[in-house]
Amino acid sequence: MSGYFKDIITGLKSLAVGLQITNKEFLTKPITLLYPHESVKMYPRYRGHIELIKDPETGMNRCICCGMCEKGCPSGSITVKSEKRPGVKGKVLTAYILNFTTCSLCGQCVENCKPEAIRFSNEYNLASTRREDYIFNLLEKLHPEGIPEPEVDPELLKKELEKEEAAKKAAAAKKEAAAKQEAVKKEPAKEGGESKAEEKS
Amino acid sequence: MSSLAQSQLRETFELNIGPQHPATHGVLRIKVVMDGEYIDRAEPILGYIHRMHEKMGENRTWNQFWPNMGRLDYLSAMAYNHCYAGLMERAAGIEVPERAEYIRVITAELNRIQSHLLGFGAYIMDLGGFTPLMYAMDEREQILDLLESVTGSRLTYCYFRFGGVYNDIDDDFITGTRAFLKRFRPQIPMYHKLVTGNAILMDRLIGVGPISADMCRKYGATGPVLRGSGVNYDIRRNEPYSVYPELDFDIPVYKECDSMARYMVRMDEMVQSCRIIENALNKLPEGPVMAEKVPKALKPPKGDYHYAVEAARGTFSMRTVSDGTNTSYRMRLRSPTYSNVSLFEEASRGMLLSDALAFLGSLDPVIPEMDR
Amino acid sequence: MNELIRLLSYMICLAAFLGLNLAYLGWVERKGAGHIQRRTGPKDVGPYGLLQPLADGLKLMSKQLIVPANADRPLYMCAPILTMVPAVLLFVAIPFGEHLVPREFSFGLLMMFAFASVGGMSILIGGWGSGNKYSLIAGARAVSQNVAYEIPMLITAITIVMITGSMDLNEIVRQQGGYIWNWNVFRLDKSILMPVSFLVFFICSLAETNRTPFDMGECEGELVAGYHTEYGGMGFGLFMMAEYANLVIGCSLTTVLFLGGWQSPIGIFPGPHWFLLKMYFLIWSFVWIRWTYPRTTFWGLLNLSWKYLIPFSLVNLLLTALFIKVF
Repeated sequence: MSGYFKDIITGLKSLAVGLQITNKEFLTKPITLLYPHESVKMYPRYRGHIELIKDPETGMNRCICCGMCEKGCPSGSITVKSEKRPGVKGKVLTAYILNFTTCSLCGQCVENCKPEAIRFSNEYNLASTRREDYIFNLLEKLHPEGIPEPEVDPELLKKELEKEEAAKKAAAAKKEAAAKQEAVKKEPAKEGGESKAEEKS
Repeated sequence: MSSLAQSQLRETFELNIGPQHPATHGVLRIKVVMDGEYIDRAEPILGYIHRMHEKMGENRTWNQFWPNMGRLDYLSAMAYNHCYAGLMERAAGIEVPERAEYIRVITAELNRIQSHLLGFGAYIMDLGGFTPLMYAMDEREQILDLLESVTGSRLTYCYFRFGGVYNDIDDDFITGTRAFLKRFRPQIPMYHKLVTGNAILMDRLIGVGPISADMCRKYGATGPVLRGSGVNYDIRRNEPYSVYPELDFDIPVYKECDSMARYMVRMDEMVQSCRIIENALNKLPEGPVMAEKVPKALKPPKGDYHYAVEAARGTFSMRTVSDGTNTSYRMRLRSPTYSNVSLFEEASRGMLLSDALAFLGSLDPVIPEMDR
Repeated sequence: MNELIRLLSYMICLAAFLGLNLAYLGWVERKGAGHIQRRTGPKDVGPYGLLQPLADGLKLMSKQLIVPANADRPLYMCAPILTMVPAVLLFVAIPFGEHLVPREFSFGLLMMFAFASVGGMSILIGGWGSGNKYSLIAGARAVSQNVAYEIPMLITAITIVMITGSMDLNEIVRQQGGYIWNWNVFRLDKSILMPVSFLVFFICSLAETNRTPFDMGECEGELVAGYHTEYGGMGFGLFMMAEYANLVIGCSLTTVLFLGGWQSPIGIFPGPHWFLLKMYFLIWSFVWIRWTYPRTTFWGLLNLSWKYLIPFSLVNLLLTALFIKVF
């Protein structure tokens, strides 16, 4: 019987303690951050979608189009398109397509990038009702006013042209040589054939 | 069980709890045969969020499997990262710098506190009290901010690397963590006052859902479920990994075997995690955070490798068979919730519906990890 | 003719009072819950979120009413109405002020309990009519809960009737006039257990109104949303409004029976303002309790009723009878 009353008293006491705590919290100031009106402090290491880095010296991207990011990506979200331009050293990036719908922000691409051409952005306010809005061309994002043409190095161009001409010449010479060789080859073949025929007869 | 339930005249009906139900925290489906308010038979049905993580491990390179580790148990992703890093370091024989190991332990323990906080809040919400969840969320947010400042993500971390961690922690993180510990420690007694001591809650938890140690062994249950049944088994002590042997902490064990015991194990583990973090911060050595000469394209020698860690919900272990190429021949993930929930069928027989759901909550299931 | 005008004006005023309460108690609850949980609650619609109830109402009204395929259509449709009607009807008997009573019954208290039971009935009808197993379980739970709690509540009310010798609510209030110690809750000269009796009545009215910790009918974690799982739009809205109407009724009744209704605690300026003050304080405590405690189980609830509330109310009844007889 005494246990019965003890239970009641301890039970009521525990309930009162609970009420006390919630009352205290009721009187303290809320800690909510009113999101659309104010936003969270972003950490520099925040991982948003990846972006290309603008080289402050040249104003261009640093991508050398090696495709390591493409190969390292677990979900195949990255497509790097590049082409060779006359008078420009290395390949030129024409499109860097990131399919953000499949990206898991693991950071393999950023780690794999030797020239440090990509990094995580701080963008977190992405919202759209269309899937296509998440397929970014990062090159266009880097240069929203239009992709600048890469600078043509005249010396390199000259060298390249020379090289090309030399290559053409070499090719022509090769062709000629090949034709000659063929002709030479054919003759002994004929001779051989004849000799074989002779042997048979 | 009521006498009616035992008689021949009983009439049962089937009830589908889930796959969309507030008590299952995800897409777990429990097919229950009910006899009035009593459960005749409850069968957990899995597979609604199966993503073939094991198969993915077999057709991706070792490095490409990293993001999967954050998506098994989204609440304690750091422990899963730790397991994969440990596994491959064991396989490839990579020596990890000590600072990196300390950082791993600090972040993993912060993650454990975060996981238990949410587990605590969500559990009380299952029992009808909404307010503790919000208080727990407040503290949890502090941890997420801390981890975000280091790892860049808030939930699905992909922070560890073979041979170290992605980037070093800074002084802001260390002072922030110390400040958090100072702020968090007095909160736990507050939770105990508000929730644990509450007569209504005690009535709901004490004696509900008894699981004997034998049943735990039968189903392979680990973590707080096992420790709530009086078995002192924690990978951090029994099969020590990383720098845990150098750190000072206790393993909370309760012998009551009921939901309250499992709940209390989690609450006490948070206190112990605070101890571990403080200890590790004090001992944190200087140095690199990444081992030298880790090949980009990892090719561990042929063999069969195994590694286990103590995640927030129990033992998580990975076993892989390498055939010497850059992908795994077989990847096996052993997740704790899968085993913990499989004992639900046996243990819930004859229980009241509300007790059964209180019991399910005390197992603290995370469905994506169960289905893998 | 005069009587007709009086009744009509009372009806309009009551409807306005009720509408305002039903809308803004929701706001109070959300705001209170917010601040208790370190949040701010509704904030963006109007100043301090004061237009939020309006927005909620608009949203609920604009939604399509969907009747589930295996629902019992007539029962399904009439349950929300049936839960609203008794709740509104009960306001007729409540004495807001000495002369501010819509209709003075000599059996006001009896009418209160009679109609309050209809509320439990409508929950059962809603649960059954939905054709959903969760709703059905919830309905069955709500009814057995109502039965279990009506007993201690009635016994406690009988104690009050014994003290005052009247079932007229206004008469009960009149007898508690003067000072604070004349309120029934402090009438230790009638029975030393009166404060306990008040607590019993308070807990019973919590259970009667299906509020946490006794919201077995709704029981979100277990039964999805209990008896109104299948209701959407204004069907759900009516259930919600009935909950708040019952809340107002329960608190009004507690005020009338125990806290001296419109009587002033210091003996001066009695009037409706005292009544409202006491009632809203009780309502706030209901909100406060809801956002503090977890839910009991079904058995825990019956245990509480049969092991604690009923014995205490019976003892109090006997003590009161003894005190009245002896002194």
